[in-house]
Amino acid sequence: MSLSVCMEKKLDNFILQVSFESERGTVGVLGPSGCGKSMTLKCIAGVEKPDRGRIVLNGRILFDSEKGIDLKPQQRKVGYLFQQYALFPNMTVEENILCGLQGEGEKRKRQEKLQEYLEKMDLVAERKKYPGEISGGQQQRTALARMLAGAPELLLLDEPFSALDSHLRLRMQVEMKTLLKEVGKEAVFVSHSRDEIYRMSEQLAIMEQGKVCGFGDTRRMFDKPHNKTCAELTGCKNIAEGKKAGTHCVEVPAWNMRFETDTEVPEEPFYLGIRAHSFDCNQNENRTNVKITGCMEEPFEMIYTFRYQDMPGETPDIWWRIPKKDRLPAGTGGSEWTAKKEVCLGVAPNQIMLFPA
Amino acid sequence: MDLFPLWNSLRIAFFSCIVVFFVGIFAAYYIARLSPVWKGILDVFFTLPLVLPPTVCGYLLLLVFGLKRPAGQFLAGYGFQFVMTWYGGILASAVVAFPLMYRTARGAFESYDKNLDYAGQTLGLSNTYIFWHIRMPACKQGILAGLVLSFARALGEYGATSMLIGYTPGKTATISTTVYQLWRTGDEKGAFMWVLVNLAISVVVMLAVNLLEKGK
Repeated sequence: MSLSVCMEKKLDNFILQVSFESERGTVGVLGPSGCGKSMTLKCIAGVEKPDRGRIVLNGRILFDSEKGIDLKPQQRKVGYLFQQYALFPNMTVEENILCGLQGEGEKRKRQEKLQEYLEKMDLVAERKKYPGEISGGQQQRTALARMLAGAPELLLLDEPFSALDSHLRLRMQVEMKTLLKEVGKEAVFVSHSRDEIYRMSEQLAIMEQGKVCGFGDTRRMFDKPHNKTCAELTGCKNIAEGKKAGTHCVEVPAWNMRFETDTEVPEEPFYLGIRAHSFDCNQNENRTNVKITGCMEEPFEMIYTFRYQDMPGETPDIWWRIPKKDRLPAGTGGSEWTAKKEVCLGVAPNQIMLFPA
Repeated sequence: MDLFPLWNSLRIAFFSCIVVFFVGIFAAYYIARLSPVWKGILDVFFTLPLVLPPTVCGYLLLLVFGLKRPAGQFLAGYGFQFVMTWYGGILASAVVAFPLMYRTARGAFESYDKNLDYAGQTLGLSNTYIFWHIRMPACKQGILAGLVLSFARALGEYGATSMLIGYTPGKTATISTTVYQLWRTGDEKGAFMWVLVNLAISVVVMLAVNLLEKGK
């Protein structure tokens, strides 16, 4: 199983330039809305045409502008799961699934497969219903069944959970993850949610303004972002320019702070990033007094903003998130922390991320 | 009372509806794929019959298909002429009714979710199958409404029809040309009868349009 994409397409606001290669499993594509994620999938599926480039799936050339190859979407064996599922509204659940089974010559075989998918996706009771008459989760399972029925070699999942209610979303993610493992097919999963991406994908491409600004193992991409954009898009809230102050010491003028780091400090210009979860009142390294400037309560988490001592005025506040259950170390003031309170906070040196711009 | 005008009007409207249905839909379908420049030019051209007086359309048709004109002579060589024949009425009505079908079909296609086409294509369905089994059913309401409007327009067509096929009782007479002819020759009662017939048909058509819109 392998997918290699390298292509370019001029869009209205920017040029889409995508290249990545995947050997196995699910590739996540993370990026803000309108960064060209969906267009990338459409080009792989063949419903949109890149200006130039090459797309190869399992050794089959799907598109190659130099050789003049451009397979029709019908010939690509690529399944596409749309954000709103794109179920055919004039067809029942079973007719929709049968559309994916047109390749099966024999009628009996088609019916067998249909039955198999209906059972697997728990849609037997809904088989005669129209898409407008079933729930969002059932619609998604119908779309999944229809896509898998076509026996594609590659699955393209375009924000598949965004149309679901939040209580269904997590459940469908677990279901889909299990299903993807079961069918053992390679997939490209597009989302603007880093949580979904982290759960669903083994490899991750981060996109912004039509460009891939980082590609690699998903977990590593979160632990050690390749650059500032990757850090931001994986959700790192606190980023500032760093200055080398020693082999394992960084000065951050914008925060009026010095940090000890585990990673060796590079010579070239770099940024320092600390995730909001990394601050810890029981951590003795990089510890100092900070001034709390704001507070927001979440169901299971507290979100604070704070400032270091004598931090320059133009620098934005720093974010700190902490689970409620391990919130309050003894003697720091209890649950009534409000603005202007002083707290002592540290950050473990291995939580400090350094990356180029 | 000679019912020929009713029968003639109905068959002209029916056949021109069929012509307009296919031509209108395919014009609407293919114009969406053109570059903006061609789209703009063709759109003006296709909509022209809607804003031109029908007599002007009839005049233009005579310019092309008149018996002394190249196209008319060419067709006459095969024993076929649009001038002064009942099927010439199909051409005249179709030209005048075409923009109604074209514009409603285009509107329906523009609000159609293109992802349905894409989904069909990735599933391996042919483009023809997708068009007739997925796109057309999804746009059914709009296209039916366009069809009913075209039928009503074709049925009531007077200007272009009278220019191209004139009025020959029992041969090219339609309801609208008959009303004018009877009134002109002082047969008030006959004209009124045909006015009633026309009113009845129009009411039925409008009811059909309203029912379709309710079904939306």
